[in-house]
Amino acid sequence: KIESLKVTVDFLKVPLGLKKPPLKEALAAVPGPGRAKPLGVERHKPRRSDTMDNESQYSGYSYKSGHSRSSRKHRDRRDRHRSKSRDGSRGDKSVTIQAPGEPLLDNESTRGDERDDNWGETTTVVTGTSEHSISHDDITRITKDMEDSAHLDCSRHLGVSLAGALALLAFLTPLAFMLLPQLLWREELEPCGTPCEGLFISVAFKLLILLLGSWALFFRRPKAFFPRIFVFRALLMVLVFLLVVSYWLFYGVRILDSRDRNYQGVVQYAVSLVDALLFVHYLAVVLLELRQLQPQFTLKAVRSADGASRFYNVGHLSIQRAAVWILENYYHDFPVYNPALLNLPKSVLSKKMSGFKVYSLGEENTTNNSTSQSRAVIAAAARRRDNSHNEYYYEEAEHERRVRKRRARLVVAVEEAFTHIKRLQEEDQKNPREIMDPREAAQAIFASMARAMQKYLRTTKQQPYHTMESILQHLEFCITHDMTPKVRGAFLERYLTAGPTIQYHKDRWLAKQWTLVSEEPVTNGLKDGVVFVLKRQDFSLVVSTKKIPFFKLSEEFVDPKSHKFVMRLQSETSV
Amino acid sequence: PVVTILSYFTFFQQRIEIHKLRQGDNLILGFSIGGGIDQDPTQNPFSEDKTDKGIYVTRVTEGGPAEVAGLQIGDKIMQVNGWDMTMVTHDQARKRLTKRNEEVVRLLVTRQSLQKAVQQSMMS
Repeated sequence: KIESLKVTVDFLKVPLGLKKPPLKEALAAVPGPGRAKPLGVERHKPRRSDTMDNESQYSGYSYKSGHSRSSRKHRDRRDRHRSKSRDGSRGDKSVTIQAPGEPLLDNESTRGDERDDNWGETTTVVTGTSEHSISHDDITRITKDMEDSAHLDCSRHLGVSLAGALALLAFLTPLAFMLLPQLLWREELEPCGTPCEGLFISVAFKLLILLLGSWALFFRRPKAFFPRIFVFRALLMVLVFLLVVSYWLFYGVRILDSRDRNYQGVVQYAVSLVDALLFVHYLAVVLLELRQLQPQFTLKAVRSADGASRFYNVGHLSIQRAAVWILENYYHDFPVYNPALLNLPKSVLSKKMSGFKVYSLGEENTTNNSTSQSRAVIAAAARRRDNSHNEYYYEEAEHERRVRKRRARLVVAVEEAFTHIKRLQEEDQKNPREIMDPREAAQAIFASMARAMQKYLRTTKQQPYHTMESILQHLEFCITHDMTPKVRGAFLERYLTAGPTIQYHKDRWLAKQWTLVSEEPVTNGLKDGVVFVLKRQDFSLVVSTKKIPFFKLSEEFVDPKSHKFVMRLQSETSV
Repeated sequence: PVVTILSYFTFFQQRIEIHKLRQGDNLILGFSIGGGIDQDPTQNPFSEDKTDKGIYVTRVTEGGPAEVAGLQIGDKIMQVNGWDMTMVTHDQARKRLTKRNEEVVRLLVTRQSLQKAVQQSMMS
């Protein structure tokens, strides 16, 4: 028993970065009856085939995802079970809790034998707004092997269900602890009166609180598919797993084997497990929720195409979570990406087309030629008098004037259109045929402003974003919510300024597929100077991190009586 | 040309020697001053730079010793008998000008018309 304790302790030492035997061996060293927990381990034997490699990669990564997610306890318990069982199945191929000597946060480099060369870079996929209806998704997605996505979905569902099993097990363990003596050796038990009843009630309520707390904390619709697992979640999963396993070990050895008579002791044992689970839940709240509330870093997100930038304050997050945070804010902060606005007018660019042609006379030293040629071209182009900036300036000014003129026409047309209808008051007696609902009212006045609106949108190159239907809908919306001059402002506000992306029609502009490019492993925490890029096909968001400086605040006391004033003088003295 | 360059180097300044006139018990100079570091410089009508807190001549009595010596209204007094007058309070300036034991005060003044005259002569 002491041996088993020692092995368990060795196992516990792993997260601190010490060398540790693979999980399976550790578990195998534990005496048999102690392992009452159904690992389901022995069923899966590692098979060295390609598909198995992929799967094991997956599960490895999913295991990693269990590590690096800043956790949800529920999932942690569940995932711990799942990952533990899977780890056990793969023997030395399994991902140990930590590679020897590596810090826990750096998971990518841990699996040398399973990694294939394609995994040298850390490009991964972050997709947002998943429609996954199950509450957790710890499985990482690998973009390169698209055919494995089927495997992934499978493993994700499998993982989720196993995680659920783990949580359920952790939840039912105390009940089992209390019920088993009753079932197996009821007649030998000492009677236990009031203290036991008190303990029963406390167990019931604590389990209820645990259930509610876990539901509040973990049962949330996932907002993104993360490429890597969370470290904290994995930590918590491991913790819960160890907790439950050790409790079962002791239970099996001390109580089941020896058929302990003291029922009160057994019930107290169960209560202590529930207490420990509650504390793990508290730890989860602190690690997962509270730690990132206090702002520590300022992230600057710059859109590469047109330079729109924003600053955000975040707390301690891993790079992938910070990426998702940035994306969530991107959709309502950044003006919508309009590629048509980026190009210089053609008249400005056309001049640049005519360049210099360089002919080489004499020697045929090709390597020198190309560089000298290009240098000659560049030098000549720099020396040439270039008036394209002039063109650009005038073109800009002209465009500005045009936009303003169209805008004025639009505003006048809209104001006039809105004067044509008014809300029906109760006292007015009107012919039922004349009464319109908002939709009809919108259609009635739309005609008078349609042309001006269309011209304005075309000048500002916004016409792809607003279909006639959308304009009508918006008009109807404004009419419904009262037609005062303010509403005209509200109606036009949507068209006069380019709004954030989330304002426009969902399917067309809300992209779900983003790629996270980072030089560091994405499960690393944010540090000062970290830069990562969120890519889409036509533009990318470059995010750089800066630590919020440490403020030294000193106090200065100002006596209210010290505020005194005199008149300013301009005296003149004769001498 | 040499003269103009020299006068340019003296930074448009003029030396004025005033002999005080005895009037009863007092020695008067015959002009009034305004300005000082404790005064409001924006109300000075004579200064070009409205942050200038120097001492300016605001009035010159007709026929008085100051007018005879060539002091003009709007002059800025830079020195009095070697004492600097550009960073003094109004009261300190008055005291420096009305010392009882001095009968002659030698002022170093500058005026905008002087400046313009030198510039014109330089350009011609």
